[in-house]
Amino acid sequence: MARMIGAEMFFETLIHEGIDVVFGLPGGYVLKVYDVMPKYSDRIRHVLARHEQGATHMADGYARASGKPGVVLCTSGPAATNTVTGIATAQMDSSPVVVFTGQVPLPYLGSDAFQEADHIGITRPCTKHNYLVRRTKDLPLAIKEAFYIAGTGRPSPVLVDMPKDVLIGEDEFVIPGEISLRGYKPPKKGHPGQIKRAVEMILAAKRPLIFGGGGLIWSGATEELKELTHRLQIPVTLTLMGLGAYPADDPLFISMLGMHGSYAANMAVHECDLVISIGARFDDRATGGNFAKFAPNAKIIHIDIDPATIDKNIVVHCPIVGDAKEVLKQMLEMLPAKVKTSRKEWMGQIKDWQKQHPLTYNQNGDKILTSYVIDTLSKITDGEAVVVSDVGQHQMWVAQWYKFKYPRTHITSGGLGTMGFGFPAAMGAKFARPDKMVISVCGDGSFQMNMQELATAVENNMDIKIVLLNNGHHGMVRQWQTMFFNGNYSASKFDVLPDFVKLAESFGAKGLKAKRPEDLEATLKEGLSTEGVVLMEIFVDCEELVYPMIAPGGAMNEMILGPGTQLENMADVADMA
Amino acid sequence: MRHTITLLVDNESGVLSRIAGLFSARGFNIESLNVGETLDPDTSRITLVTTGDDFIIQQIIKRFNNMVNVIKVSDLTEEVRVEREMVLVRMDARPETRAEILRTADIFRAKVVDVGPKSYTLELTGDKDKITGFIELLRPMGIKELARTGTVAMKRESKLTKRGEEK
Repeated sequence: MARMIGAEMFFETLIHEGIDVVFGLPGGYVLKVYDVMPKYSDRIRHVLARHEQGATHMADGYARASGKPGVVLCTSGPAATNTVTGIATAQMDSSPVVVFTGQVPLPYLGSDAFQEADHIGITRPCTKHNYLVRRTKDLPLAIKEAFYIAGTGRPSPVLVDMPKDVLIGEDEFVIPGEISLRGYKPPKKGHPGQIKRAVEMILAAKRPLIFGGGGLIWSGATEELKELTHRLQIPVTLTLMGLGAYPADDPLFISMLGMHGSYAANMAVHECDLVISIGARFDDRATGGNFAKFAPNAKIIHIDIDPATIDKNIVVHCPIVGDAKEVLKQMLEMLPAKVKTSRKEWMGQIKDWQKQHPLTYNQNGDKILTSYVIDTLSKITDGEAVVVSDVGQHQMWVAQWYKFKYPRTHITSGGLGTMGFGFPAAMGAKFARPDKMVISVCGDGSFQMNMQELATAVENNMDIKIVLLNNGHHGMVRQWQTMFFNGNYSASKFDVLPDFVKLAESFGAKGLKAKRPEDLEATLKEGLSTEGVVLMEIFVDCEELVYPMIAPGGAMNEMILGPGTQLENMADVADMA
Repeated sequence: MRHTITLLVDNESGVLSRIAGLFSARGFNIESLNVGETLDPDTSRITLVTTGDDFIIQQIIKRFNNMVNVIKVSDLTEEVRVEREMVLVRMDARPETRAEILRTADIFRAKVVDVGPKSYTLELTGDKDKITGFIELLRPMGIKELARTGTVAMKRESKLTKRGEEK
């Protein structure tokens, strides 16, 4: 085949892998790649981010919205270290982000050359695998392996480090064949014996509950899950990462569980006799963190593609390692087509819990409540938008109040809780789903962490909506200070904030403001129907708290339901915090 | 509990730090670590001895299995196995101790690998207890320098259990 330089091989291999967009920023050792880029610009779009962290979140948002790998390209040293937060974010939420970094020429490796950092060493704990490419001819195979590893098994980030001499070196370009790695064989189907045991447990259960996580979305198991729950009448709760995997308007759906989950969902976990966990990892935010008191009356089935999640936090009765979609298919084959089950008592109990303590808010003052904003947003868009939340109180209200109907429409940084993720991730999601309305819901604190990407959004003529909830504080920090630190509001209030509308306008975006509850709906409607980059700054009440709340380390039936139900041992809880 | 774990890994740079990283991330210490090429030059065998919570060790083994560069992991702790390590000891060989040093070496079937006017260097292979016993006997006679390899281990082929019964 043709002779070419490493930088050209980079693009040829990317194109061969079906990549059509790259998020990046040029610099020293990667300049040869940028030099040849115009030749490929008809097939690969380059989005010039303003910060490598922004680029990495964009690639992550793209991956989460599309299911395909998101690609980052940047130079060495500070550029590479800037991607680390984005890589760790993708790692915690199992998102296939592939990062390509330039590196100093091989003879200078380890010499503290200009803009040198040990990318491989720094990213080793937050990637599934990483490569230092030493020869030009090895580059295509490293790239192909990187995509294979990132996208199969449990999706995860992979980094490929490309020294400058590898990029400018010339060699024969050969498209690598099928990847076969002797140390990497991702599981697909579940063990039939274990699945048979699980089916028996499911058929014997009186109060079963589906506990679904992000794995459902990555495996695309929504239809199989619906088939299972409808055939057997099993109620479904989802973790934060699982939202969208099951339609919120389905009668069997009982909302999110966990630290800010619904009363009914958390009580159901506590009282059920069988937990069927699918693609979830029993994170402390989903289980309350008190693993000893988790689902005390239940047997647990744990379906996960990653064997290392089995028995990590909670010792389970029936582990099944495999892809959620494949395992559910196997289960459905073993289950009778029609199952006579009476769930009257169990569903009745759940309905009672829903009635006793529904998710609620009371919008009657002259300050706008964030829960009201999200509820209104959900109604205006009819749950059809892709909503990308940032991290904090608003994130929890999005999870509680936006009625997600489809997988890949709810995107958020769950595991790492990366503030600043939301806006660039929303941009990535828009590149993945140009057909959908994409809304970045963020706080004043989180937006300030990556607001430079407004320039990128305007530059790319994006049609993207930002709902910025301004409460003048780090809201979730303030909430914890209210609840666990006697209202000692240390460093949570902003004395200076930009005028976000003017800020948006200065970037060439459109800005709108709403200060009073009666203006909210009109502002949202106007903003959502205006073409282009639109920032809607909504001034919200900083005193609104997210309820219910399981205090850290608490059991799932020990919820703080509202201002009147503070726990007695708040001081102890603060120590756990 | 003490665990002896062996890993077959790709023989390439960076693999060892991936392995060690899992221990440091958990705040665990590695007691001994041995790396060497196998018959296949693309593959290395790592023998690792550590002491820790069984539950966490099991987690670490699962994480090893997830690593792209790790081909096979075995926890030999519960297996019938051969474990050996080697030690080189340079003894302070004064006239009054020279004979005793050689006698001790002889009892342990150690080899003298270097002789100088003021020192003997001894080499001994054996399991951990034998090596430790040897060192303790030599210590009063004056050890100048000591280098110990740490454990290498392999599963025994015969299925004899520790009591000598067929499994």
